[in-house]
Amino acid sequence: MTLLHLELLSAALFAIGLYGFLARRNAVLLLMSVELMLNAVNINLVAFAVFLDPARLLGQVIVVFVITIAAAEVGLALAIILRLYRNRSTANVDEIDLMKW
Amino acid sequence: MTPSLIALAFLAALALGGGLGVVISRNVVYAALFLLVSLGAVAGLYLLLLTEFLALVQVLIYGGAVVIVIVFALMLTRLQDFAKTRDHHQWPLGLAAALAVLGLLAATFVVFQPAVHPLQSTGIQELGNELFVRWALPFEIASLVLLVALIGALIISRADRGE
Amino acid sequence: MAAALVISALGLLGLVAFITALVAGGLAALAAVGGLLAMFVFLAAVVLSLVWLERKYLGRLQMRMGPMRVGPFGLLQPVADAAKLVLKEDVTPAWVDRWLFWTAPLLLFLPSYLLWVAVPFGPGLVLRDLDLGLLYIVALSVVGIVGILMAGWGSANKYGMLGSLRSAAQLVSYEVPVIIVALTVAMMAGSLNLSQIVEAQRPVPYAVVQPLALFLFLLAGLAEVGRTPFDIYHAESEVMGGPYVEYSGAHWAVFYLAEYVNTFLVAVMVTLLFLGGWKGPGLPPVLWFLLKAYLVVGFIFWFRGTFPRLRIDQLMALGWKALVPLSFVNLVLTSIYLFYGWPWWGMSLISLAILAALGYGIHRQAAARKPAITLVPAVEVRSAR
Repeated sequence: MTLLHLELLSAALFAIGLYGFLARRNAVLLLMSVELMLNAVNINLVAFAVFLDPARLLGQVIVVFVITIAAAEVGLALAIILRLYRNRSTANVDEIDLMKW
Repeated sequence: MTPSLIALAFLAALALGGGLGVVISRNVVYAALFLLVSLGAVAGLYLLLLTEFLALVQVLIYGGAVVIVIVFALMLTRLQDFAKTRDHHQWPLGLAAALAVLGLLAATFVVFQPAVHPLQSTGIQELGNELFVRWALPFEIASLVLLVALIGALIISRADRGE
Repeated sequence: MAAALVISALGLLGLVAFITALVAGGLAALAAVGGLLAMFVFLAAVVLSLVWLERKYLGRLQMRMGPMRVGPFGLLQPVADAAKLVLKEDVTPAWVDRWLFWTAPLLLFLPSYLLWVAVPFGPGLVLRDLDLGLLYIVALSVVGIVGILMAGWGSANKYGMLGSLRSAAQLVSYEVPVIIVALTVAMMAGSLNLSQIVEAQRPVPYAVVQPLALFLFLLAGLAEVGRTPFDIYHAESEVMGGPYVEYSGAHWAVFYLAEYVNTFLVAVMVTLLFLGGWKGPGLPPVLWFLLKAYLVVGFIFWFRGTFPRLRIDQLMALGWKALVPLSFVNLVLTSIYLFYGWPWWGMSLISLAILAALGYGIHRQAAARKPAITLVPAVEVRSAR
């Protein structure tokens, strides 16, 4: 198991998340794609920390922060989606295209 | 074919397969389950890299909170009405963009290969020391971010009181 | 078809990985697998004993005998129950989502059994003495919640959905006090390793140093398992069984098993974290451990026989308005106690004072409310005729 394997895995997962983010129209599915991208970045950071850093600490600390912020973001984004669903009765981001009318 | 390579192959297949399931699946609840599988595989990868604390935090927060909240939101927005979701009609462009990013990243990683040192386990005491001593300020700010997100979510999702 | 192929390929790869690990690990790996099987058998025996114990205990509390027919003192009743459940017809309703319906019990059941790997039953009697044992147990018990959500959603039943939404809300809310109190104990012991937490409980167990934490952990742990008074999300008289309503026979037996295993887990965690685990004079350590665990289980059954069920809004209010602030107060007090190096009885007095204040406050609130009906004993009614 080398650094290259993990880097390629994280790049592939990031690409999958990016495709999901661009191609999906449901707001919750967009959020799930964002989670995939964040996880890809986390794998990359941990791989760098474990293979390159003599103290193996910096990458892990950053990953802890990324996981925390991702959890906060998911909570807030889902609250917004629920609110949008209540007001516009749709979760399709294509149909949420007007400000107040 | 060392055991760790086989384990890496298995976990990578699970993570990528789960990710593909999230972005391709027609049924939103299946997509949430695929996300759980993918995040669990990533936790397994952290175990393989001997960062056990991160693996457990990943399972706890992603598997146990994020996925639950996502499924909650799916159930509350009655998305069984959207059980057959359609993708954007410009999805080939998205595919091209994703492949371009993948190509760029892969090329960069293959070209720049730094010298690595062998795997070693990290003690949780060292991690805690680093987190609370050198990174104390970002830690406090992260807790503030969580508080703001909590209050914001409460305010946004509260029922209208005659606005 | 494609999905089946992909899954079989993954399963094959997983099997290859497992066998490689087994062969590469050699004797150690075989010992680990043997230990897992022994743990499985032990837990099955514990569940059988708990089923019998609960029915007898509840029966006696309710002034009746409990099971008496199957075997001496009804001791074979759990075996009869298990046989009945397995032989029952396994009904799968037509509109259920097959994938969710069939994987939900797995998601609930696997973590409940997997986390026993890190639980020590005596000094050195543990399958894997994990340095992060406490975190491991907490993390795996949170994954089970997704299983309940999937069970309710996959049942294509409105009561199932309602029950699973309520269960997710309840379980996620009560995770917070559980984690904070576990954190408090880890702070006092200076380690997340369960064996070290037990060893660090000298000269007195943490139940004496922090009775408030014990109270909070017991309540929050009960809510995590879904036992009375917190069992509204799967009670037959409330939501017709909640997420488990469409499961019958062997499927439902899995949920039943998981509930008893989780109950025993809460009792074992209370024993390890607060009652000093296996420490005690005279008897062998494992016996002390089992005695203390069964004592806590007895308390849990006593709660079931005594208290009425909380409504879901009362439950959530109790969790967020009472348990969470108290657990945070406890955390701050513990950190002050540890930082300034107070003696253990100082912390114990403060904890008792808070508990006493709580008890007094509840008593004042209850006494201020007049009862809606006055109960007349049956004897009086008969003599009035």
